[in-house]
Amino acid sequence: MRLMKHALFWPILTLALLIALNAAVNPGFLAIAWRDGHLYGNLIDILNRAAPLALVATGMTLVIAARGLDISVGAVVAIAAATAAVLIGGSLNLSGVESASEHPLWLAIAAALGVALACGLWNGVLVVGAGMQPIIATLILMVAGRGVAQLITGGQIITIYYPPYSYLGNGYLAGLPFAAVLAATVILATALLLARTPLGLYVRAIGINPVAARIAGVRARPITLALYGFCGLLAGVAGLIVSANVRSADANNAGQLMELDAILAVTLGGTALTGGKFSLAGTALGALIIQTLTSTIYSLGVPPEVNLVFKAALIFIVMLLQSAEFRASLLKIARRGEA
Amino acid sequence: MGAQAPGAPLLAARGISHAYAGKLALDGVDFVLRAGEVHALMGQNGAGKSTLIKVLTGAETLQAGDITLGGQRITPTSTLDAQRLGISTVYQEVNLCPNLSVAENIFAGRQPYKSWTRGGGIDWRALNARASEVLESLDVDIDVKRELGSYSVAIQQMVAIARAIDISARVLILDEPTSSLDNDEVEQLFAALRRLRANGMGILFVTHFLDQVYAVCDRITVLRNGKLVGEYAAADLGHGALVAAMVGRGADVATPAPRSTVEAQAAAPESVLAARGLARRGAVSQVDFEIRRGEILGLAGLLGSGRTEVARLLFGLDRADAGTLRVQGDDVSFRDPAQAIDRGLGFCPEERKTEGIVEDLSIRDNIALTLQARQGLWRKLPAARVRELTDKLSRLLDIRAPDLDGTIGTLSGGNQQKCVIARALATEPCVLILDEPTRGIDVAGKTEIMNQLVELARAGLSIVFISAEIEELLRVSTRIVVMRDRVQVGTLERGCSEDDIYAMIAAAPAAASTSAAAPAAASASAAASANAGAPPGGAAS
Repeated sequence: MRLMKHALFWPILTLALLIALNAAVNPGFLAIAWRDGHLYGNLIDILNRAAPLALVATGMTLVIAARGLDISVGAVVAIAAATAAVLIGGSLNLSGVESASEHPLWLAIAAALGVALACGLWNGVLVVGAGMQPIIATLILMVAGRGVAQLITGGQIITIYYPPYSYLGNGYLAGLPFAAVLAATVILATALLLARTPLGLYVRAIGINPVAARIAGVRARPITLALYGFCGLLAGVAGLIVSANVRSADANNAGQLMELDAILAVTLGGTALTGGKFSLAGTALGALIIQTLTSTIYSLGVPPEVNLVFKAALIFIVMLLQSAEFRASLLKIARRGEA
Repeated sequence: MGAQAPGAPLLAARGISHAYAGKLALDGVDFVLRAGEVHALMGQNGAGKSTLIKVLTGAETLQAGDITLGGQRITPTSTLDAQRLGISTVYQEVNLCPNLSVAENIFAGRQPYKSWTRGGGIDWRALNARASEVLESLDVDIDVKRELGSYSVAIQQMVAIARAIDISARVLILDEPTSSLDNDEVEQLFAALRRLRANGMGILFVTHFLDQVYAVCDRITVLRNGKLVGEYAAADLGHGALVAAMVGRGADVATPAPRSTVEAQAAAPESVLAARGLARRGAVSQVDFEIRRGEILGLAGLLGSGRTEVARLLFGLDRADAGTLRVQGDDVSFRDPAQAIDRGLGFCPEERKTEGIVEDLSIRDNIALTLQARQGLWRKLPAARVRELTDKLSRLLDIRAPDLDGTIGTLSGGNQQKCVIARALATEPCVLILDEPTRGIDVAGKTEIMNQLVELARAGLSIVFISAEIEELLRVSTRIVVMRDRVQVGTLERGCSEDDIYAMIAAAPAAASTSAAAPAAASASAAASANAGAPPGGAAS
């Protein structure tokens, strides 16, 4: 079947199966309603909650495509969240008047994104400039970053009372969750940039054969540096959404293990971890699959204590289904059964 | 030490054939190493030297032929097994542990133990004493308790040899032991070799430095294309004859191509690329040449003579630390290939697979890559332009591909090579640097590429052409720069003969007995630039 050969066939099938499983268990799962001036339903909720992961995974996709890896993104999410929270600050205003922000909102957002970009560039400098292995270079910030975030928040979980900020994580634009719209816009813009400029070609060439790419005149070092910076920046955007969503910045738990979910999303989407071959659409699907999985666990009513085990089992099955080798051996067994 | 009568065959290999994946690397090779001799194994890249060593040391399983050691048939199954039989090998890279002491390195894995009555454990006193003893036999007097890493590479090499001869004292194989040593260190090593030879050991010595062969070796065995060319007494084989035996001059060429295919250009066209005293420590020195519009400059020399290093300097892959480079009259210094490309240089690297093609990209993307990289991020080549460009170049270079949108990995080696050349041509460079563009390509493909080079030069392109095959160089070059031991030893104008080149490669610098010392080479270079006919050393008869 030619359809099965398409790169996005298996991610789409996986997502469809997961949604069907949910619909079977919970007949109301697919329902979408219009309530309080915006769309409402399980699927909309998944879109909203998948947004931060989709953003982080988009940056990760490009870094991995150029033979890198960034395992510090979770920590960068926490740093960006902490920066924004500290600058907005604020305390509960009991007078009933809308509470104010200590610094203008735009400044808080710009500062958070600036710090996140700096984090990404730091990783890039370690990899490109110092020649460190990507996993080790970014491990430094993965560990140290949580400390930096705690330093920024002074070790406290900072609650954000400023309502306009929470729009980033809970607001709606044209009836759709703002976070989802933002993520979709960013992913689309990135895809356009890669397709309309030679950047996509450069990234693929660097990922497939960095030595040949350099000899062919591709400026591999600045490009790789920029990709790490971009990855950090997107983690910063995710940090804003996450903190706005829960109206607080938790240095220890914001973006916890997000780097692994992001790598998983990238893999599910069909991007090769060895570099060169990548798909942004696949990554977005991968993020949706992971979020749907989480929703499935809740809708099935899995008890919290076996939550992680259940998720692990589901991921295992999904990964097996996506493995071409596994499918081939399944087919072989099936044929032998027929014979 | 081995108590074999000097001159008696110690290690003998007869009719050794060896194939890798069906490709014959050794074809019925005979080799005899006698007790009390230093025997050089010579040959160009791919001649089969390393394969023969691997078979002798058990690193490769014997496929055909037989090996005898002291008259007994042996079939070593591993290097460890060969060591036990009495064949030890020391490789180019010292593979010992720098963080252990010298004595520990010599005895690692076979350390002497104290008897249980003395409490057991390693007998450090005996170990250190024996280590000192072994090193003294090589005339090396050092503190064996110090870390190996604190000593120079030369001493480390000596320690490796000490370990090898202490394990088994009959046959010692040295695989390019001198490539990282300076002249004094080489002399020290050779003194040790002479001492071991006097003790009746058989030493097999592999090197690319011709002068060293004559400094220390008694006999020379030459291999070429997996076949034995011959075994010679070093005293009877002149430099020129040795080089000729290695490169197999005249042997494989059925119809010599017409000389001087490139017609003389109009008087003194402008200089496009000029190197003056270009050098990089540990890579090359004394690189001095000029290329004018439409000229083809050949770079000749044996493997390891520094040809590729010159290309890397020119193209900004390595940085020169002395000398100047001018492109079209401007002094330049490239930090990156991208800068060299901006300046109008094009490069086709030696290693097609690892440095040339980007395997999973389409043929079109591969060809357009360099031009697209030079255009920058905001000026993407329109698809139609890419199609037109790649169609044109594939027609020009006669790239045979079923579908230019298919991945480049599916093409044959020759066609891949043409794609890499096409990629460099796409930027319309003023100088094209080609490092072994014809290597690993069949004869028809070679001729085709050579003809295209001549065509391109006629159209005004200047070309730096590197090739191990002197026939090819003579056919197309306007001028030939000769390299030896990482130094430019001379320049020959068109009309020179193969003998001139061999003579220049083989000519021993007047003073030095080991690798070419810089001042001697400089004078040789000066002499040769005046278009020397036959420098000392003599051409082969």
